[in-house]
Amino acid sequence: MFLKKIALSGAFAGLMGSAAFAADCGPSGKSVRILGSDFPAIQAVSGAAEANCAGSAGEFTINLRDNTRDMMNQALTPNPAEYTSVIVANSTLTQLMNDDLVRPLDDYVAKYGQHLKPTQLITINGKVMAVAFMANSQHLFSRTDILEKAGVDGVPSSVEDMVAAAEKIRAAGIMEYPIVMNMKVGWNVGEVFNLFFLANGGEMFKPGSAEPNVNSPQGVAALNSIKSLLGYTHPDHLSHASNETQALWESGQAAMAIMWGSRGAAVLDAEGSTEEVTSNTVLSAAPTAGGGSVPAATLWWDGITIAKNIPDEDAEATFAALVSGLTSDLMEEHNDKAIWLIDGFKPGPAAAGVAQSAAGGAKPYPMIPYINLMHNALGSELVDFYKGDESAEDALADVEAAYRTSAKEAGFLQ
Amino acid sequence: MKHRTFFWFILPTLSAMILFIALPIVSVFVQSLFIQHEQVLIVSESCGPFGCTPTTSIDAEATAALREAQPLGRFNGLGTYFDRSHLATAEVAEIWAESSGLASFVSGLMDLKFYKALFFTLTYTFVVTPLVLVLGLAIAVGVNNLPKAMRGVAIFISLLPFLVATIVGSMILSWMLDGEGIIGATLQIIFNDPSLSIKASTSLMWIALMVYGVWHTLPFSFITFYAGLQTVPQDTLEAARVDGASKWQTMMNVVVPHLMPLVSFVTLMLLMDNFRVFEPIISFQAEAHAQSLSTFIVSDLREAGNPLYASAGATSILTIIGVAILLTPVLIRTWRDFNVKAN
Repeated sequence: MFLKKIALSGAFAGLMGSAAFAADCGPSGKSVRILGSDFPAIQAVSGAAEANCAGSAGEFTINLRDNTRDMMNQALTPNPAEYTSVIVANSTLTQLMNDDLVRPLDDYVAKYGQHLKPTQLITINGKVMAVAFMANSQHLFSRTDILEKAGVDGVPSSVEDMVAAAEKIRAAGIMEYPIVMNMKVGWNVGEVFNLFFLANGGEMFKPGSAEPNVNSPQGVAALNSIKSLLGYTHPDHLSHASNETQALWESGQAAMAIMWGSRGAAVLDAEGSTEEVTSNTVLSAAPTAGGGSVPAATLWWDGITIAKNIPDEDAEATFAALVSGLTSDLMEEHNDKAIWLIDGFKPGPAAAGVAQSAAGGAKPYPMIPYINLMHNALGSELVDFYKGDESAEDALADVEAAYRTSAKEAGFLQ
Repeated sequence: MKHRTFFWFILPTLSAMILFIALPIVSVFVQSLFIQHEQVLIVSESCGPFGCTPTTSIDAEATAALREAQPLGRFNGLGTYFDRSHLATAEVAEIWAESSGLASFVSGLMDLKFYKALFFTLTYTFVVTPLVLVLGLAIAVGVNNLPKAMRGVAIFISLLPFLVATIVGSMILSWMLDGEGIIGATLQIIFNDPSLSIKASTSLMWIALMVYGVWHTLPFSFITFYAGLQTVPQDTLEAARVDGASKWQTMMNVVVPHLMPLVSFVTLMLLMDNFRVFEPIISFQAEAHAQSLSTFIVSDLREAGNPLYASAGATSILTIIGVAILLTPVLIRTWRDFNVKAN
């Protein structure tokens, strides 16, 4: 009898123990299919979900690739959808919600999300639509050794400082093109404009409407700030996106860069670069422009959504699996891979730039249904100005006209 | 062949063409006539890691009801064809009214993306096509005159550009042309100008794209003409030689007329292909300097996130019309030749 009691309590304690440590993966035998962009933070999150819950799921697939934004709407439109979850950012959540392809997560958060911080929940119209796990933003990368050699004190904090420092570096014969930034025609050109436009206090749209509002003094000021920097960038800048700018930086061919925070860890690590570059690279807030105090950056988050057109139990299992990974355990292993929003994150040097941009009052990237159309119009119509073929006012007028055309077709304007 | 036999013979091909080519084109045309419903927007508070802000979003239920009622969207007729992203009739009229002369009209027109892309596409087509025809014939004649033992190797080497996938070939050339690449850097040294950049100059970029276009399509015209050269009647050639015709005269008066049907065929194919130029623009990252109608279709469908189907559909149909206009002279010529022969 005594032995039986011990055996029973032992078994009981064992059960309790495993329940406390194993992740709660929701209904078992369901299908979990995740789509996301291919970078270290998302690899860590999806990897943790797989480690915790692949055993209890009937099917568990992860597809991480480039340009998910181009195909996520098509993938989630059929019923059942191709994926049960898409890992999105501010702009892509808007894109999915425009077509009503993601479901509210309130019930799942109540059931499986006790460990999430309230700031991680992306709430729109009173419903949780996404769970954010990391933040991202553009900011300044500086090479302190080169700045010092050219006689520049400290790290530049404004566009004007950057231009002055670049001129000194050029005059000292150290580098002809000390500045790099992502200026590839299309999305990147549009995004760079957003940074400086918002920092100048611009509003993309007339209040309460989809009418464009970029052809304004703030718009012209933004373009002039950008053009002053472009005088010191490589002549090929209109073909440079993140991969090219990171390569230029890591090969030691630049002294100041405006790049994504998510590139910080990759720039600072030992891979792909020299000790001279990595040990002298300092990350700080994005520069201010035109005498303002707001850093020219937009704040982004990356987070989890659950598809609408899938069986409820698949949705529940997918959510449970993904949030099971968003714990302080993940932080212990992957702390330096991103600016995590998760409990237990300890900001390191790679996080300094994003943290300072955010603290300086940079604006979040607007989540408005027609922002993608504006972003596209900016990305294609501003090129004439950067090439010197058109005045700032004419280019901005073209942007508004191009935006109006597509907004009419999409039903946002009459 | 009896008409009846011919009908049964062609039926499988014909039905496949109707099913997979004609019907999709009709469907694209129908889609291009409709635009999206008027969006029902709601303003609400949205919260996240960076605080709360009032945000606009789409009322999903109301939109679903609208879609249910009219699945294709709102009928817009040919409106999309004439909007600013396409033929831009209103804008063109305005530019015409405001312009002081032809030069200012053309420069105004170049501000409209459709005409800018059309200008590049037509220049590309009319530079690349004749060059490929002439050079292809020249290489074919050259190879044909080589000793038999060397021909196999020569043909293989001449075909290489065609064997390389377009996207790979243009990407490699793009890297070579880069300021950091072997051609770009060499040019900088030769001209002693470190700021010389092919990717920063519209005219140099156009030249690079066209050089690539010629390099890539040359093997197609070469191999077609080479095959044609094997069928030139030896008797006629010999007769020409006996009459004392020079090599050049034989070429122009015997060989080229014999190859004329092939020239028409190659011209047709080249015009069609070149008018739809796409891959080199993408892999050269040349979007700042050159756009084509095909790059617009892709950007309408992909870049916008929520695809602009009407706009992409209208551009597709306009591309088909453009190809048809380009091909008409060649087709009329072929038709006349055919009738002459038939009679």
